[in-house]
Amino acid sequence: MGFAVAPSTESSSLLTSSSTDDSLENAGKLPFLRTLLGDGGFKSLTFVAALIAGAVPFFVVALISRDAWPAIAKFGLPFLWEQDWNIDESIYGALPYLFGSLVSAFIALVLALPIGVAIAIVTSERVLPPWVQIPIAFLVELIAAIPSVIIGLWGVFVFTPAINPFQEFLYARFGWLPIFNTQPFGSSMLVAGIILAIMILPTIAAISREAFLAISADLRNGAFALGATQWETIIFVTMPAAISGILGGATLGLGRALGETMAVTMVIGNVAGIDFSLLSPGSTIPSILANQFSEALDPLHIGALMYLALVLFLITLGVNSLAIFMIRFLSRNA
Amino acid sequence: MRDAFAPLAPSKKLFNWSMGTLGFFLSVVALIPLVAIFWSIVSKGLPHLSLDTLTQLPAPAGLTDVPNGFANAIIGTVAMVAIAAMISLPLGILTAIYLSEFGKQSAFASWVRFMVTILSAAPSIVIGVFAYAVIVLPFQSFSAIAGGFALSILMLPLVALATEESLKSVPNSQRMASAALGAGYARTTLRIVIARALPGIITSGLLAIARASGETAPLIFTALFSQGWLESFFGPSASLSVLIYNYASSPFSEQNDLAWAAALMLLIIVLITNLLSRWVASKR
Repeated sequence: MGFAVAPSTESSSLLTSSSTDDSLENAGKLPFLRTLLGDGGFKSLTFVAALIAGAVPFFVVALISRDAWPAIAKFGLPFLWEQDWNIDESIYGALPYLFGSLVSAFIALVLALPIGVAIAIVTSERVLPPWVQIPIAFLVELIAAIPSVIIGLWGVFVFTPAINPFQEFLYARFGWLPIFNTQPFGSSMLVAGIILAIMILPTIAAISREAFLAISADLRNGAFALGATQWETIIFVTMPAAISGILGGATLGLGRALGETMAVTMVIGNVAGIDFSLLSPGSTIPSILANQFSEALDPLHIGALMYLALVLFLITLGVNSLAIFMIRFLSRNA
Repeated sequence: MRDAFAPLAPSKKLFNWSMGTLGFFLSVVALIPLVAIFWSIVSKGLPHLSLDTLTQLPAPAGLTDVPNGFANAIIGTVAMVAIAAMISLPLGILTAIYLSEFGKQSAFASWVRFMVTILSAAPSIVIGVFAYAVIVLPFQSFSAIAGGFALSILMLPLVALATEESLKSVPNSQRMASAALGAGYARTTLRIVIARALPGIITSGLLAIARASGETAPLIFTALFSQGWLESFFGPSASLSVLIYNYASSPFSEQNDLAWAAALMLLIIVLITNLLSRWVASKR
């Protein structure tokens, strides 16, 4: 049937084009020439589009660097480990924001990795019947479709008040631990980490799931034949085989967590400073960009914010390249 | 399958059962936030959603006896997503055609593919900073154009990568058949390959539009926000997502209520676009 359609559209267009060509003298050559020109033009057009699309990351780095230049020239690399951020005195340092980004993303990864892998196993291995597996996989994917600002809205008005008793409990019982030694008042690094965990869960689950599905059935059957139970097979055979995909998914999730803006900005408290207590509020690179960019006027202030954006882009670039490498490595092995 | 494991030692049985339960339990834990988010948005948003909210401007802060709505934000979101689609759909689809039909596995095509993948994983706030550097700083003005441009950069990799996949799924025999009938590259691609891959291309476009409609970070310092109607593409524009962000942190409870109603509206737009794309994909 596919064949029947293709020639009919072809012949109708041939009819219209030949009727115009008849008026020309060398009718035999022209359609050929036109096809050649048309093809060449079309090919070049797609080539130019691909060139533009491929060059966008370079433009991103180049233009952000250009506008960050006042700050790069003034502060140089020590910008990364300076602690002060004072707009009035024009002193800028990135450390509190770097610290906040890394800590909140790390909390998210620790929480989301086991749950994400569990979902990947439950939805790919034959642990549950398919009528339970498919809805779980669909619903977890649905989390990724919810706009970040909506998760932030829910985080501010519903989740933070709901989780605060738990934070109080951590402070009361485990306050002697340096990571829980400040009085919680709602917004905190921990809340931001949990919200981020919810947001990166679909990424980790989907990529780990693909890694599990890519493993050949021979491997499982071999383990069954040797007398392993289903979960022994999963833990000792399939999980080690899928490990590079799982780690690739985790790394991709880490990249997402580092760059996530709205939900984090709304629940982290936006207090600059380095406090090792997870119950204290914090600030991340995206959150300070979201908070200060629209009001920045001084070129040095804009430059410092641009410098932060550049650092964030390069960090996520490194993390994501690593993730892509790990996931490709897996597909080559499978 | 299950019969094969029937005569098991009790310790193995216990291990198998407890791991299965743990896996199921963790999956359920993952779904709690999803259910909670949907429930909160429907229960808090629905009571405040009315004809006024869809047709009126936001009321000045603190006034409770005037009509309160976010019509300008709906228009702003639609306008900026339209600008973004007009830039990113042609560019993304042409890029995908190059990658799947001409570049294939060449070094240049692999480089483009890698760069586009990198772009797809770039933080959306960095894309906002980029749009700020390209449009807001040179023109010294926040604008709907800048917001649309930022969203287009965000959509470009999504469109390009997904379209390439659907073009690659067209069987090569159809290209051969078209070439055998005398059609060149351009005609074969446009009349045969694109026609066959159209549902996949529409799906990828709709998914990118859904993603862009919900984005906030690239808009807060490119399009900014506006209390009035969208008068010019060269001026600041309201959008649903920025309205939610601004009003969520407002001390006025009627603005918080409006944020919930806007969240419900935005969620409906995003989910309908998403489901529509799945429906188109299933038509293939």
